[in-house]
Amino acid sequence: MSTLEVILRAAGLLAAFLLLPLLVGQTEHKVMAHMQGRLGPMYAGGFHGWAQLVADGAKFVQKEDIVPAAADKRLFRLAPALALIPYLVALAAIPVHPGFAVADLPGGALFVLAATSVGILGTLVAGWASANKYALIGAMRSAAQLIAYELPLALAAASVTLAAGTLSLGGIIEAWEPWWLMWQLPGALVFLVAAVAELQRPPFDMPIADAEIVFGPYTEYTGLRFAFFLLAEYGGIVVMSLLFSTLYLGGWRGPFDDLAGWAWTLLKGFVIALLLIWIRVSWPRLREDQLQRFAWLTLIPLALLQLVITAVGVVLMGGAS
Amino acid sequence: MSEHKGVVPGLLKGLATTARTMTRHTSTQEYPDVRPDLPSRSRGVIALLAENCTSCMLCARECPDWCIYIDAHKETIPAATPGGRDRQRNVLDRFAIDYSLCMYCGICVEVCPFDALFWSPQFEYAELDIRDLLHEKDRLGGWMDSVPAPAALDSGAADPAEVTAQRAPARPARVIRRPPAGAPE
Repeated sequence: MSTLEVILRAAGLLAAFLLLPLLVGQTEHKVMAHMQGRLGPMYAGGFHGWAQLVADGAKFVQKEDIVPAAADKRLFRLAPALALIPYLVALAAIPVHPGFAVADLPGGALFVLAATSVGILGTLVAGWASANKYALIGAMRSAAQLIAYELPLALAAASVTLAAGTLSLGGIIEAWEPWWLMWQLPGALVFLVAAVAELQRPPFDMPIADAEIVFGPYTEYTGLRFAFFLLAEYGGIVVMSLLFSTLYLGGWRGPFDDLAGWAWTLLKGFVIALLLIWIRVSWPRLREDQLQRFAWLTLIPLALLQLVITAVGVVLMGGAS
Repeated sequence: MSEHKGVVPGLLKGLATTARTMTRHTSTQEYPDVRPDLPSRSRGVIALLAENCTSCMLCARECPDWCIYIDAHKETIPAATPGGRDRQRNVLDRFAIDYSLCMYCGICVEVCPFDALFWSPQFEYAELDIRDLLHEKDRLGGWMDSVPAPAALDSGAADPAEVTAQRAPARPARVIRRPPAGAPE
């Protein structure tokens, strides 16, 4: 791969990472509004407020750069990058079109899970560096939640890689069969729930809920740094939606996928993102202890059960394809 | 764990409710691009019909907030006939309502015996300076243009007094008859 191609791929990835979360964010504004009987943004940009998030970005950029006096300045400034960059890197491994991912790795599934786990550090560092009691409490809750839900996520993904016989995401898509959705259904549900918890989206947003703990680890952040944390959240939604569609819905597979594989990828990811938004609007928040109990006592046994079912299935089918 | 049996149906019902709300038409009115659809009884501002006012001061007295300021003086109208009594009339000098104090209770409108005060649904009179919220007589008279027509009476009710007064036959000129001497009055 020539240097020029690397640069072009990286630029394309950056453009997608900056654009797709904005689309998801605007969709969330409008969908959440209509689900609540309102209209959502209508003014910015003239036509049904399409430019609302652009206006928000401009607003965040022109804000004053405030760092609390007692804060650990270097860590405080580093935390948004720590939260944001892992999702950018994880997006690179997701296959978009038959035979094309920005970075087609043999261990793609493992890489994506590992990269998203690094994002947890961003929240922890933000809470610690803020020199704020409540930020620290929020960061500790966050850490406990994200670590607890990392395991079901990995187990569910492991079940799919076991079924496909490969860690490569492209390979998983190629080995996928539609009836796998039945076979992997418990794992799919576990993955979906664990993904929502990893993203700290409602109903698992106790560590950052503004009614509970101001905004948890992000309390002291303002301006562009705060915008980067929000971008990291929506970037995470994009990555997790695409990952779910890759593992369980066949990624770019579909009619005419040699031409429109990328369209199938985007469509499936968008549907999952819509599902995440729908869940956010409809369900109340879990308490921290309910959250933990749910992860350790329900999701992990379910994920282990799925692993057993998958293993039995693989052996019965005489080895993976 | 019997309470857990109800969790999933409840979650699905929640999803169904939000999905149904999403498909329904939103009744949001985008003010200020769209004029709001207010009932004619809405209490926006109080209008003064100065020609009805006799400066009886009932509204100023009954206002719980003391936000009505009235200045009036008496004028004498000389007698119409020689030997008759001079009449007195109240002339309204100043009638002001301070909308920074007004709490829109409507007691002044209710209590006025001469129907000089009316409710109007007009609400767009916000000011940058609180002193501009003191509306004087001319401004209060201006609000009369926005007062809606009175509500239609019940279909079985009698005609309103304004209509019957117009239809009544004109009264003949008054003739003063002196009673015959000695008859009881």
